[in-house]
Amino acid sequence: MHARADTAASWPEEIFSILQRFEVRQVPYVPDAGHSELIERVLGSSAMRGIALTTEEEGVALLAGAWAGGQRGVLLMQSSGVGNCINMLSLVQIFRLPFLTLVTMRGEWGEFNPWQVPMGSNTQGILELAGIKVLRASRPDEVREVVEAGAAQAYNACTPTAVLLSQRLIGAKVFTK
Amino acid sequence: MSKANLLDRRAVVSELLRDRKGAFAVGGLGASTYDIAAAGDHERNFYLWGGMGGAVMIGLGLALAQPTLPVVVITGDGEMLMGMGSLATVALQQPKNLSIIVLDNEAYGETGGQASHTGGPADLVGVAKACGIGDSRSISTMAEVEAFASSLQDVTAGPRFASAKIDGANQERVLSSRDGTYIVNRIRGSIGHTPI
Repeated sequence: MHARADTAASWPEEIFSILQRFEVRQVPYVPDAGHSELIERVLGSSAMRGIALTTEEEGVALLAGAWAGGQRGVLLMQSSGVGNCINMLSLVQIFRLPFLTLVTMRGEWGEFNPWQVPMGSNTQGILELAGIKVLRASRPDEVREVVEAGAAQAYNACTPTAVLLSQRLIGAKVFTK
Repeated sequence: MSKANLLDRRAVVSELLRDRKGAFAVGGLGASTYDIAAAGDHERNFYLWGGMGGAVMIGLGLALAQPTLPVVVITGDGEMLMGMGSLATVALQQPKNLSIIVLDNEAYGETGGQASHTGGPADLVGVAKACGIGDSRSISTMAEVEAFASSLQDVTAGPRFASAKIDGANQERVLSSRDGTYIVNRIRGSIGHTPI
């Protein structure tokens, strides 16, 4: 139930291509409507493994194990999930992980549900306090460039990076009876 | 504190790793990491000093990345309780090469021995089974530990889960390295990955 602007290229498809190019193998996620198209692509891919989590912090630990085993991964989650990760994000610094997360934002652009606002307002700050570089994409035509830069610095330079996908990009969730 | 019918944690871990071959061993923070260190330092030991609740998920990431090598997660009841959802995540993925064993002393030994939920009604073997890890068992003898140690070498029949009730006595701390990049890069090096 998302109002999306029509664009020539689908930005989730562009993200999927970037993940393919960087040889990402493990894709842990807690579902979010904003990530639904990308999750479908991952689950349909033979090169990547989509891994459903019960809570986002599991994904941080999973990616530490994946890296020790020689594989790259990316954590897909919603802004509220960042709060669930805080202590586990210690692993990112301790192991100097090539950590990449793509975070779909809630609570910042035409939000209907006030419960999304406290975490959505603090997502970027919490990530930065945890030592993670934050990039942001707000328009469909900049997603490719921003995700590519995030993946490059995460995987090539072991610089932990979060890319926030703005609620403006995804569209505010429409609540209907 | 010590009860005669309970297993000795050092003897359990030493037996699990005695003939480990190429296996990776992931230890939860606290005493299980000391137990793994006491069994002998090894380039494929993944020692944890934090990230409580993450041991099973680290084991899963490693197991999916290296499906032909055995991965054994050796953790405590408190650490396992904090990451109980990860048992559901493991069951969904069915990694054939992953084994999990909980050293259950029914207490938070590292913080003064406060009672944990497993001394009460919580049943971790029941949880693992209900999450979908079909091979989930309680272990109460060294013969069962030996059987589990040899089964973990079978990378076609996991995941498997066991809980061993152990003696609550605190043992001497055997300190492993606590430098995370050293620990991880040493594991990576053992499977042929060079630093970035």
